[in-house]
Amino acid sequence: MEKLINEFSFGLFFWQLLMFVLLVILLRKFAWKPILNAIESREEGIKGALDAAEKAKLEMANLQASNEKLLQEARLEREAMMKEAREIKAKMIAEAKDEAKSEADKMITNAQAAIQSEKKAAVAELKNTVAELSVEIAEKVVKGELSDKTKQLQLVDSMLNDAKLN
Amino acid sequence: MRKNILGRLLTLFVLLFSFQMGAVEVQYSEEKGATDVKSEIKEYISHHLLDSYDFGLYSYTNDEGNHEYVGFPLPVIIWDDGLKVFSSSRLKHDEGVAEVGGNFYRSYHGKIYKTDAAGTLKMDADNHPEGRVHLDFSITKNVFTIFVVSLLILLVFNRMARSYKKGAIPTGIGRGLEPIVQYIRDDIAIPNIGVKKYKKYMPYLLTVFFFIWIINLLGLTPMGINVTNNIAVTLALALITFLITTFTANKNYWAHIFWMPGVPPLMRIVLAPIELLGTLIKPFSLMIRLYANITAGHIVLMSIIGLMFIFKNWLGSSLSFFLAFALSLLELLVAALQAYIFTMLSALYFGSAVEEHHEDH
Repeated sequence: MEKLINEFSFGLFFWQLLMFVLLVILLRKFAWKPILNAIESREEGIKGALDAAEKAKLEMANLQASNEKLLQEARLEREAMMKEAREIKAKMIAEAKDEAKSEADKMITNAQAAIQSEKKAAVAELKNTVAELSVEIAEKVVKGELSDKTKQLQLVDSMLNDAKLN
Repeated sequence: MRKNILGRLLTLFVLLFSFQMGAVEVQYSEEKGATDVKSEIKEYISHHLLDSYDFGLYSYTNDEGNHEYVGFPLPVIIWDDGLKVFSSSRLKHDEGVAEVGGNFYRSYHGKIYKTDAAGTLKMDADNHPEGRVHLDFSITKNVFTIFVVSLLILLVFNRMARSYKKGAIPTGIGRGLEPIVQYIRDDIAIPNIGVKKYKKYMPYLLTVFFFIWIINLLGLTPMGINVTNNIAVTLALALITFLITTFTANKNYWAHIFWMPGVPPLMRIVLAPIELLGTLIKPFSLMIRLYANITAGHIVLMSIIGLMFIFKNWLGSSLSFFLAFALSLLELLVAALQAYIFTMLSALYFGSAVEEHHEDH
C-alpha cells in the first residue's frame, strides 16, 4: 500500500482524467451517437420488415381461407341448384303426364259423347227416311190398289209380310 | 482464407513476441554470473513497470560498455515556483541533471526530484529520496500512450460512424467493431441498467471498454507500454465511474443507503455507514482489480521470459519460452476480460443507482 501511494503519479492521474473525459465527450458526439442511432434505426428497419412480412403472410393465409370458403359455398350452391332443377324437372314431367292423361280422358269422353249423339242423329234420320219411304210406298201402294182391288190386297199382304220380316 | 489470416496473425504474434525477448536478451547477454542475472532481471522488471520520461523502445549495452537507448524524448512539464518545461533528453535516463531557471532536477525511478548541481539525492529514513516534485504534469511515456490511444480510438470510431452514412452496414474496421458495440449495448448495458435508462451511460461504457482493451493490448506489444498497471490511471477511471454513479443516482438509491427500507430502524442506523462505505469500496475494487491483474500479468510474463537467461540451457530455456508463449496468449484474453469486467461492473453500479423502487423487498 505504501509502495502504491509512493508510486502514485499525480500528473498521470491528471492527464488520464482530462483525456478520458475529453475522449468520452468527443466520442459521444462524433462516434457513439451516430453509431448507436444507425444501429438502432437499422434494427428497427429489420424489425419493421419482418413484421410486415409476417403480416403479409397472415393476410395471404386469410385470403386463401376465404377463397376456400367461397369455393365451398359455390360448390354447395351449385349442388343445391342442381337438386332443385332435378326436382323441377321431375315435377314438370309428372304434371305433363297428368295433364295429358286428363286431356286424353276428356277427348275420349267427348268422342264417345259425339259418337253417341251421331248415332242418335243417324237413327233419327233413318227413322225419318223409313217413314218417308213408308209414306212413298204407301202412296204407290195406294195408287196400285186404286187400280186393282185384289192387287191392292195382295200388296198390303206382302207389305205387311215384308214389314214383319223386317 | 480464414486459416490463412489466423496463420498470419500467429506469425505476427510470434515475431513481436520474439522481439520482446530480444530486447531483454540484448541487455543481459553481456552479464556474467547467475546471481547477477537474477538481480538484473528483477531490476529490469521493476523498471519496466515504472513510468518513464522518454519513450524508450529498448536499451542495450554497446561494445564500449555504455548503455544505448532507442526511443525519443518527451517534454517534461513541472510546476515548481512557476511552470517549467524542458525536454526529457536533458535528464539522460536518470543519469543527468537538468538545470532549468536556476534549479536543478533529476529523475530517479520514474520520478522527478529537485537536487543540487551535482545531482545528489538525500535519502530519508525509509530510504526514499527527498525533494520530490509533486506537481509533475510531464508528458511521460504513459501520458503519451494515452494521447495516442485516445486519438486512435477517436479516429477509428469516427470513421466507423461516418461509414454508416453510406449504408446501413458499416464498412472496413467498423464491420468488426459493430458486434462488440452491440454486445456492450445488449449484454452489458441493457441487462444491468434497464432498457429505459441505459442510453445516457452508453458513451461512457463504450469508451471505457475500448480504451482499457486497446491500452491493455498495447501493453502486450514489445514497446514496453504499461498504462493500466498504474494506480493513477485506474484511479482516474474508477473515479469517473464513482462520480457518474453518485450524480445520476435517484432517490431510491440514496434511500437504500441511508434508510434501508424493510429492516428495523435500529438496523437502518447500523446499515447506513456500511452502505455508505460500500459506495466507495465498489469503485475502489474496480481500481485495484484492473491495476493488480495487469501488473501481475506483466510481472509473471517478464519473470518467465527472464528465466530463459537464468537457465541458459536448451531444455529450460525452451520450456520457459513455451510457458511464456502460452502465458502471452492468456494475457491476450486477460486484456479483453479486464476491459469487460470493468465495463460490466460500471454498468452494474449505474444500474443500482437508477433502479426504480420495487415493492417486493
